[in-house]
Amino acid sequence: MPDLKTNLAGIKSPNPFWLASAPPTNSGYQVMKAFDAGWGGAVWKTLGIPVVNVSSRYGGVNYKDKRLVGLNNIELITDRPLKDNLIEIEEVKKHFPDHAVVASLMVQSKAEWHQIVKDVENAGCDGIELNFGCPHGMCERGMGSAVSQNPDVLETLTNWVMEVAKVPVIVKLSPNITDIRVPARAAKAGNADAISLINTVQSLVGVDIDNFVPYPTVDGKSTNGGYCGPAIKPIGLNMVKECAQDELVNLPISGIGGIENWRDAVEYILLGSTNVQVCTAVMHYGFGIIREMISGLEQYMADKNFNRVQEMVGLALPNVSNWENLNLSYKVIAEIKDEKCIGCDLCYVACDNGAHQAIGLNKETRIPYIIEENCVGCNLCSLVCPVEQCITMKQIDTGKAEVTWRERTDKDDIPKTFNDELAGGIGHFVPKPGDAFKK
Amino acid sequence: MSEFQRPKTEEEYHANFKQIKPLMNDTQAHVESGRCLFCYDAPCIQACPTGIDIPLFIRQIHSGNIKGSAKTIYSANYFGKACGQVCPTEVLCEGSCVFTKQNIEPIEIGRLQAFATNQAIVNDTKLFNLQENQNKKVAVIGAGPAGISAACELRLAGFNVEIFEAREKPSGLTLYGVAPYKIDNKTVLDEMDYLQKSFGYTVHYNTAVDADKLKSLENNFDAILLAIGLGATSALGIPGEELDGCLGAIEFINDIRIQKQNTRVGKNVIVLGGGNTAMDAASEAARMGAENATLCYRRSKDEMRAYGFEYELAKGVGVFGLFNIAPLEILGDKKVEGVKFIRTKVIDGKVKNLEGTEFTLPCDMVIKATGQSKFVDFLSSIENINLDKSGKIGINPETGQTDNPKYFAAGDALNGGKEVVNAAAEGKIAARGIIGFLGK
Repeated sequence: MPDLKTNLAGIKSPNPFWLASAPPTNSGYQVMKAFDAGWGGAVWKTLGIPVVNVSSRYGGVNYKDKRLVGLNNIELITDRPLKDNLIEIEEVKKHFPDHAVVASLMVQSKAEWHQIVKDVENAGCDGIELNFGCPHGMCERGMGSAVSQNPDVLETLTNWVMEVAKVPVIVKLSPNITDIRVPARAAKAGNADAISLINTVQSLVGVDIDNFVPYPTVDGKSTNGGYCGPAIKPIGLNMVKECAQDELVNLPISGIGGIENWRDAVEYILLGSTNVQVCTAVMHYGFGIIREMISGLEQYMADKNFNRVQEMVGLALPNVSNWENLNLSYKVIAEIKDEKCIGCDLCYVACDNGAHQAIGLNKETRIPYIIEENCVGCNLCSLVCPVEQCITMKQIDTGKAEVTWRERTDKDDIPKTFNDELAGGIGHFVPKPGDAFKK
Repeated sequence: MSEFQRPKTEEEYHANFKQIKPLMNDTQAHVESGRCLFCYDAPCIQACPTGIDIPLFIRQIHSGNIKGSAKTIYSANYFGKACGQVCPTEVLCEGSCVFTKQNIEPIEIGRLQAFATNQAIVNDTKLFNLQENQNKKVAVIGAGPAGISAACELRLAGFNVEIFEAREKPSGLTLYGVAPYKIDNKTVLDEMDYLQKSFGYTVHYNTAVDADKLKSLENNFDAILLAIGLGATSALGIPGEELDGCLGAIEFINDIRIQKQNTRVGKNVIVLGGGNTAMDAASEAARMGAENATLCYRRSKDEMRAYGFEYELAKGVGVFGLFNIAPLEILGDKKVEGVKFIRTKVIDGKVKNLEGTEFTLPCDMVIKATGQSKFVDFLSSIENINLDKSGKIGINPETGQTDNPKYFAAGDALNGGKEVVNAAAEGKIAARGIIGFLGK
């Protein structure tokens, strides 16, 4: 049986699945319930000077009949007194000494930081996470994402914490920034032990088009929220990769953003996360999803002969690089399995309207065919096809030696003028504009 | 033994004839419309006799543009809601849904169509702007699907339309002939009211048109559309058809639609025929509490003209099928007591009786679902109208125009008896033919 135990900069947990700091970790009741269900750790709902929240706090993005592919919230940090939270942290630790309880913190002055770090450590927390991420409400007061957006401040605050902290400290980063490596490097400079990312993405999830006000609506008005859920996973994966590959960051990473099953978690781990944190999926489906996550991860590790989670961390990193290092001679083309085709012809219209006019249509059978000489291997048809394994991409031998843009640049073998003969599309089929009106 | 008790109240009647395609709620419509793939050049459109842009109206439902969805439907088919419920979608739009090729349930197109159009009907949504009055008058004979559809199309183009209908309610067989578990009377009539309000044609009910009446219409109207449908059930030409308890399927279904629980139904009912009307009649007899409803057909099961799903539906309510038997005589003294059959064999496509295999099935009701007669005499009275051997009206299929240029035809009288959707499509074609003929 694979060993799921993980260790993030000294914070140990029985498995890599933590609850992110959010509504599901608002109370000892919830955290105990989660641990009882199988979660390995929990980052407590951010502690600080208790806030006053509004009613009507979440907005959702649905896709077709699927609810909450994205969720945004305008809830602030804890609205409960610190002492109540500390008592509950202590009680959780008593029941679950081997589980990770991490206190998320957000305060302003140095004195406050020093005080609250001591308080949560005294309550028995295993680590501390500095909330430099929330992009709504708190940032207006100079906290949350405002800190990630100012590397000097981030470094200073981290240093203040590190002056007194005895347990490992994680800096949680906001994605609402051009280059995620900049605040990550500031965390490193401030002596943080680890980083966690991403926090939520600044967003408006939609607009009530009858009343001209975005969601969630608070008495006829709205404000931007923080976006999370499956929709943000691609953003999180890329930012985790950015930090994991950066030599100046060089910190353990807790991956966050749109994780709702074991596969999402494995993807984050392969791109450099030591463990993962989950919020939206629990807000949608409850703590019980952990059963599927653990079972899936165990099965995957057994199938791939991994004994420990740490063996998997960053395995995909060598395979992510800059565009200029990709092989320009590599060629795939689409292949349609006629016997699986149901004749929806979405591939045909997608290619004709949205790509390279490389699919023809048999009007009788409705079965499309690939015009191989026109196919640039863009994958679009295989992505729109609703049938599993009906359209696949096959590699073809171009007979050309591997060459990258970087190498061609070095050899001065690249287009440099507007009408350069080296343009990649020269010689490739493009219909005449007037053909648009032919049936 | 039938599973249905004889209905004694209207409530029990409706319970026995529970709608097989009930109205969707908002959640069902949202989920179902979300499944549509929005196929390119979608097969469902090709399969619809009225060519409704189905992927478009489904996408409009999903994006919350229900009025737009209803307009898409009604622009193609004025019997939008009725067809959503009574169409044999299993062999039309839904049967062609690409999902079926991966053994995935097809999109419930019919129910989605009824959902969208229902909202337009309930809210009396104005979807169409009629063109200015063209000062042309068209008489439509028959307020069935063909006649009403033509009237809507003509009114849209600014023509004045008067419909002459022998019966007291519109929609023809949609009201008087469709199985009641497919659509109820209120649903049918609500859509008819909505259409009349929207398009403003005039209907003269209880106004049968005979040869004399037609002459006067000819003098007062610029064009006449024959949307007269079919007549009573044809006689079989065997002894005993006049006995009490022997009746036609169309008449039986008509009784059920109008008399409901008060319809007379035997304990042991024999239905003769293998078409969809036979399936309906047998099914309805069973739902009316007949102890035995037996379907008897001259040919084999596979040769029935009825759709497979209709036979399954009938079997599902306890109908028993007997094949390769032909009725020789309906037995009884005043009242039906049984049917004398003979076994048959189909040789070279023709039914041959097998001598010496006669047998009798006792029953107290015989329902003949063996086709409807055509109004040959009436039609023959019109100058230059040509009928084929079976009595169907000859027309130009592009325009619905007969050989007498003032006359156009559409619906069952033309096609010999098809679905509501076919009549609706033909009514529209004829209306366009009339518009082209009279000019604008």
